[in-house]
Parts: sequence; structure tokens; C-alpha cells
Amino acid sequence: MEKEHKTVSIPASLYKKIEEAVRNGAGSSVADFVAQAVREALEKPVKKQEPEEVFSPEDEEKVKERLKALGYID
Amino acid sequence: MIQPHGGKLIDRVLKGPALIDAEKRAKALPAIRLDAEQTSDIENIATGVFSPLEGFLGEKDFRSVLDKMQLTNGLAWTIPVVLAVDKKTADGLKIGGDVALLNPAGEPAAILHLAEKYGYDKAETAQKVFGTTDAAHPGVAKIMGMPEVLLGGSIDLIRETPTPFHKYKLSPRETRKLFQDKGWSTVVGFQTRNTPHIGHEYVQKSALTLVDGLFINPVIGKKKKGDYRDEVILESYEELIKNYYVPERTTMAILMMEMRYAGPREAIFHAVIRKNFGCSHIIIGRDHAGVGSYYAPFAAQEIFSQFPDLEITPLFFRSFFYCKKCGSVVSDKICPHGKEHQIQFRGTEIRDMLLRGEYPPAELVRPEVAKIIMDEKNPFNE
Repeated sequence: MEKEHKTVSIPASLYKKIEEAVRNGAGSSVADFVAQAVREALEKPVKKQEPEEVFSPEDEEKVKERLKALGYID
Repeated sequence: MIQPHGGKLIDRVLKGPALIDAEKRAKALPAIRLDAEQTSDIENIATGVFSPLEGFLGEKDFRSVLDKMQLTNGLAWTIPVVLAVDKKTADGLKIGGDVALLNPAGEPAAILHLAEKYGYDKAETAQKVFGTTDAAHPGVAKIMGMPEVLLGGSIDLIRETPTPFHKYKLSPRETRKLFQDKGWSTVVGFQTRNTPHIGHEYVQKSALTLVDGLFINPVIGKKKKGDYRDEVILESYEELIKNYYVPERTTMAILMMEMRYAGPREAIFHAVIRKNFGCSHIIIGRDHAGVGSYYAPFAAQEIFSQFPDLEITPLFFRSFFYCKKCGSVVSDKICPHGKEHQIQFRGTEIRDMLLRGEYPPAELVRPEVAKIIMDEKNPFNE
């Protein structure tokens, strides 16, 4: 277990709810409960934003032609 | 412009040599004939309407959608997009092999790269997606009637199936180009399965004051008995736009897709689809995608609080009515007058008037729209 710890603040109402959950067996302490929840959240896959798709000039022209043919653009 | 869901617009439409090869190979592959709705699903997958899906859900994604309303990669996804076949058909298909997916006319429409075959619990699926197992719910009835094995795997589209609504059918690539061409960076999507009444018009125009453009996107496909026929919906919107909308700020294209009537879950699904079309905003009204009284009136709005990372912004609207004293369309938030001054936009009442051959009052329906409906021999699905 890591020895160094930092302090973070959470709303008192949330703290009370965690205390209650701990009393009901969800973890050994409030600190453990929060640390575990944060670990789980960090393990979730992070969505990567890829750059916006760029059409090839040929594809762009095809799309434009179809939009024109259908009367969507002049 | 807003990014597609998952960051990339899926394109699984075969072209060039790959298309020629697939057309040849499809003739020798085991085949499954799809119905019109399944055919729409493969086109929606291939053209990016359902981005990031690249095919029918595998079991892990299916379970994740049911239990967590997200794909296994963490992206929001609320409606299972699946392909069900009977056990005998499934037994004849090899995992790792390819399967030809035929359109209703029997032509090869796509190739499925079969990755998984798995069973599912119909009652559980219905309960989780629709919040009920009542067989009177059209979505539940559909699940209960589905065959017992689901096939998962990516697909490649060989051909789009012709539709009489071709001129209204745009892919997300095309709508994105269209919005860009019009100079719209913010666009509000309006999902509909109805002919427009004045309440719809008010909501659309109110939303349009906040953004650059309005994208009216009627759902075309299987609907329930008594819903307006697709032709009537499109013609009435054409007439409305022609007479009452600023053409530089409004456009319409269809979404070929079956309504699921999954209420709140479907509202999220609809938002994801409009995001893929390039909409930065979506209008969510009262009982969006609901049916009967299965969902609380504003459940489809409340569910968005569970999806803070959706990126498309929902615009929530309350119930509107015409107030005779105000002389305009209002809601209870802005009108101080009593119920005796209100004329409600009740779709069933408007429908009943039309069925009796009566023109609804101009406070409810534009006369041009009413005429389109009245001129139809049978404007409703049977």
C-alpha cells in the first residue's frame, strides 16, 4: 500500500451516504470506499476523439453532385 | 461541426473491386433474407447512421446495452441492433464465415462476417429495453415474435435497396456536407412520425432561434396502425416548409428506420443518430418515442441526465397549447390563463376530426397541411 496520501474534499451529505454504505459492509472505511470507486472510474475506457473526417476531393464532389441532383443545394 | 458518435463516421459501403468481388462471392454464400426493417438496419450501419456500430451486436455488447445502456467501449448505446434467426438457420452457419444478407426482393444487399451466435432471454430484453413485458406494447410484441438466436458480426453493404422516398434519403456524410454548405455550424434535429400541427411548428421555430439550422428528420418505415402514412408525412412537411419556413434555415431528409417505441431509451438512440447526421442539438418533447401510457410524460427528457457525455445537446420542450386569450401558442410556463381558454394539440383528436372529414381549426393545423391529409384517400396506416 502507498504511504503517501493527499486530502480531497467531498460534500458532507455524500460523506454521510458513504459512511452508511460502509456500515452496511461496502468497504472497510470511507477512504477505502472512495479510493476503490476512483480506481474503478479510472479503469473505464477513455473515449478518444479522432480528428473530423476529411473527404477525398473525389468523394466530396460525388456528395455535392448528389445534393445538387436532389435539389438540396444550387 | 459536432463529431460523430465515437469520433468516426462508419463507412462500410463497398466500392470498386471490393464491391465486384462481394457481388460474385455472395451468390455462393449461405443466405438470409431480411425484411424491410432489417434492410434499413444494414444500410444505417454501413452509411454511418448507427456509428460507431460496424455490424450487428455481439453478445458482450448486447449484454452491455441491456444492463448499462452503453457499448463495451463505454460509448452510450441504448437500443440493441441485432439480427435474429431460427436455430436451424443458425446451425447451418459457420462462425468465422461469411453470410449473404438478401434484401426483401432476394438480391444480395450485404455480407455479414459472422463472429458470434448466441441466445437471449426475450422477457429480460423486453423488460430492460421497454420497461415492460406487456405483449400489447408493439416493441415487446416484436421481441416475443423474434427467432431465438442472435448473429453478431460486422457487415459490408453491397447495394442500397430502392425506396420511393429516394429524393429525401441522405446519408450522414451528405447531411454533414449539406450543413457545411449552408454555413450551419449548429443544427437542431427534429424527429417525427407525424404530420405537423401548429405545436410542432412552434417548437421547431423556437429551437431554430437558438441555432443556425433546422433539420426535420421524419422516421420512415414500419409504424403502428393508425400512424400517418409516410407519403402523407413528407408531403405535409413539404407544404409547411414551402409556405411557412425560411428555406435557407430549414431542410428535411428521412431516416429509414423502424420505430421501436422504447420511450426514454429510444430518445437517447434518436439523439445519437442525429449527432451522426451532424446535429448539435435535438428537440425532445413530451413522451418522445412513447406509446400508450407505458412511459411517464417526461421520462424521455429525464434520462438525458444519465448521459452527460452525449455531446449532442437536448432541447426539452413542455406541452404546448393554443391560448385563445393570448392569441398564440404557449405553455403553462408562459401563459397565466385558465384551461377554459386552451385548445390542446391532441394528435388523436386532430386525427378523429380528419377522419370525420372536418378541417381542424387553423389554430391547430395549417390549412395547407390539413388539405394534404384530407386529399388522401387513406392517410393512415392500416
